[in-house]
Amino acid sequence: MDWFLANWPRVIDLAGSHLYLSGVPLVVGLVLSVPLGWAAVRWRASYPAIITSSGLLYTIPSLALFIVMPLILGTRILDPFNVLAAMTVYTLALLVRTVADGLSAVPDHVEQAATAMGYGGLRRLFGVQLPLAVPVIASGLRVASVSNVSIVSVASLIGVSQLGDLLIDGYQRVIYGELLTGILACVVLALALDRLIVLGARLLTPWQTAGGGAA
Amino acid sequence: MTAVAAAAALGLSACGASEDPLAEETTDSGSSGGGGSIVVGGANFSESTLLAEIYAGALTGAGVDASTQTNIGSREVYLRALQDNSIQVFPEYTGALALYYDEDYDGTEPDEVYEHVQEVIPEEFTVLEPSDAEDNDSLNVTQETADEYGLSTISDLESVAGDLTLAAPPEFQERPQGVPGLEDTYGVTFGSFRPLTGQSIVQALANGQADVANIFSTDPSISENGFVTLEDDEKLFGSQNIVPLVRSDRAEEVQETLNEVSGLLTTEAIADMLKRTDIDKEDPRTVAQDFLDENGLSGS
Amino acid sequence: MIPSILEWFRDPMTWSGPGGVPTRLLEHLWYTVVTVVIAAAIAVPLGLWVGHTGRARWLVSVANSLRAVPTLGLLFAVSLVVGPYIPGDLAFTAPSIAVLVLLAIPPILAGTYAGIDAVDPSARDAAKGVGMRGRQVLWQVELPNALPLLLSGVKSAMLQVVATATIAAYLGLGGLGRYLIDGLAVSDIGEAAGGALLVGLLAIVLEGVLSLLQRRVVSPGLTGRTARGSQDGDDAPQAEAPADAPVDVRG
Repeated sequence: MDWFLANWPRVIDLAGSHLYLSGVPLVVGLVLSVPLGWAAVRWRASYPAIITSSGLLYTIPSLALFIVMPLILGTRILDPFNVLAAMTVYTLALLVRTVADGLSAVPDHVEQAATAMGYGGLRRLFGVQLPLAVPVIASGLRVASVSNVSIVSVASLIGVSQLGDLLIDGYQRVIYGELLTGILACVVLALALDRLIVLGARLLTPWQTAGGGAA
Repeated sequence: MTAVAAAAALGLSACGASEDPLAEETTDSGSSGGGGSIVVGGANFSESTLLAEIYAGALTGAGVDASTQTNIGSREVYLRALQDNSIQVFPEYTGALALYYDEDYDGTEPDEVYEHVQEVIPEEFTVLEPSDAEDNDSLNVTQETADEYGLSTISDLESVAGDLTLAAPPEFQERPQGVPGLEDTYGVTFGSFRPLTGQSIVQALANGQADVANIFSTDPSISENGFVTLEDDEKLFGSQNIVPLVRSDRAEEVQETLNEVSGLLTTEAIADMLKRTDIDKEDPRTVAQDFLDENGLSGS
Repeated sequence: MIPSILEWFRDPMTWSGPGGVPTRLLEHLWYTVVTVVIAAAIAVPLGLWVGHTGRARWLVSVANSLRAVPTLGLLFAVSLVVGPYIPGDLAFTAPSIAVLVLLAIPPILAGTYAGIDAVDPSARDAAKGVGMRGRQVLWQVELPNALPLLLSGVKSAMLQVVATATIAAYLGLGGLGRYLIDGLAVSDIGEAAGGALLVGLLAIVLEGVLSLLQRRVVSPGLTGRTARGSQDGDDAPQAEAPADAPVDVRG
């Protein structure tokens, strides 16, 4: 606690970078996972290939991905963009499956009704299927947000600073206050993101609460 | 006398810069090389952070627009960062650099090592004047282990090493002045090797999970824990003088200031400062600033 | 990069001795299996209990928020605090395994709970109707029905552990993470990337084995394919679905 009080401006600063490095990929990953998840559902044969290969991306050790990224992207090694790109990969790995599952959980009769009402192709996807899949996708997004916040801290090992700096410095110099502050700040950040997603999902699915209230 | 004059001159130029920092920057980028501000990198251990802050502080004091980017994990990463111009200056060690670019190098004389470094580093890099300050590998044991086996030099390990565990950074296992060198020069072969980094090496020795630990010689935890450093009687460990590694296209802007810093750094001074950052948990920036103030390098 | 990886794989030194691939692979597998078994031993009974009794659902939420704890920091903290009290080699293995177990618990717990929770209430009622007692309902109806989600929880836990066990090499643990850390330490990109590749391969193999197991032990009436067609999809739960998803506002 003493350590936090003496250093809080720096902690806030690092938490800001941490939020940026884990939050932006969450949004980008979500946007990218929709077409992939949709493709996996639309063409059943591609389902195992898409789901398995995207899931495997998650097993790439973060340190390795951070270091290999500049070789793939042609970016400079200390560029925070490497971390953003790597985190997008992890987000994608978690979300493609959720999006696919969410879309395929939309009951057949609903889809048929939508088609009968003249909803076709893209309009059906964005107007009917995606909104109905929001609760499932949101649950995947929550997992991804929490996992991103945790993984980003490894980026300190390649010189991109965020809350992970506190973990490494606290460990190297044995300052328990700093180590603990780093851990707690990560948890607080993750929980805040989590609440935000829950809230967002609730706003996007008014019928869920409305239905409950009417019953 | 000259040092005072130089410091005064530096102080003056700093005042000039602070009057119109923008003008300074534009003329700067117009001149040779990449231009723009100088970023001093630092690796992820206290001494590197401290040195980066000292370099950057001295440069700022001399009117150069300088900042730091510390905690860069491995040599592979920060040398690439220096290459792609993300950073322009890095505190390095002569022996480590010589070995990085020439795996089989086994020279130990300070001057010889420095000359070798100048030969082997890529053209776009320049090493400035090395300082007398040195931070070398050192093998340490606890007082109990030293008493039990009667150890005071590395040679003393020869007959007992088979029963002992060595804790050291992972790279120590492969490089010529590491495990292979211990075998060739001293005939010392440890029973087992435990690859660890930074603080966990000290912890392992203190907790009895390792019997011998390779700790940087300036690390204040050696005296703090009452460890006994074994004398390198056959001079296996090379010279590890602290030296600024800079981009050649920016060397001109920084060399005067950084050479002056190198002239002022001593092993004792570093050890004292590290005691403040690691044992007293002071902010490396504060400690660096004090050093600059004491030596008239802060430009104020 | 690719030539240096190939070179590393071709080097006979890569394949032999205590630092050789077979040894490291076995170590990695060993950490993974030990971790997942311990985590399952804790999370499955807990998930069954929470799901069956409907009590203490907050446990699942708490476990989920555990995921937010940065693994690296936890690893550092545990080894600093606990390290001095454990003798010998265990001092390096135990903290790492403990942290990995903590990482593996949430997906298994959530999977188990979600599996039980998703059991069709009419199936439960029918079981009670034919005279089954609470325990029998749990073992003969709820557990078999929950198995697909439970196992996919185990699967995602296992994949996470395989990937994360590499970070533990930072603290001197063996396994495939050694290639990553050591490769970086001596600037051998081939070794580092080769190590990452092996981790991916191990993950693929483990995923395959578990999928096979899943097909074996899950009752044919419940396999994903049939379920997807017949089940009313909107309560198809995710293995990773957080516990407090639907909020009852009827109050």
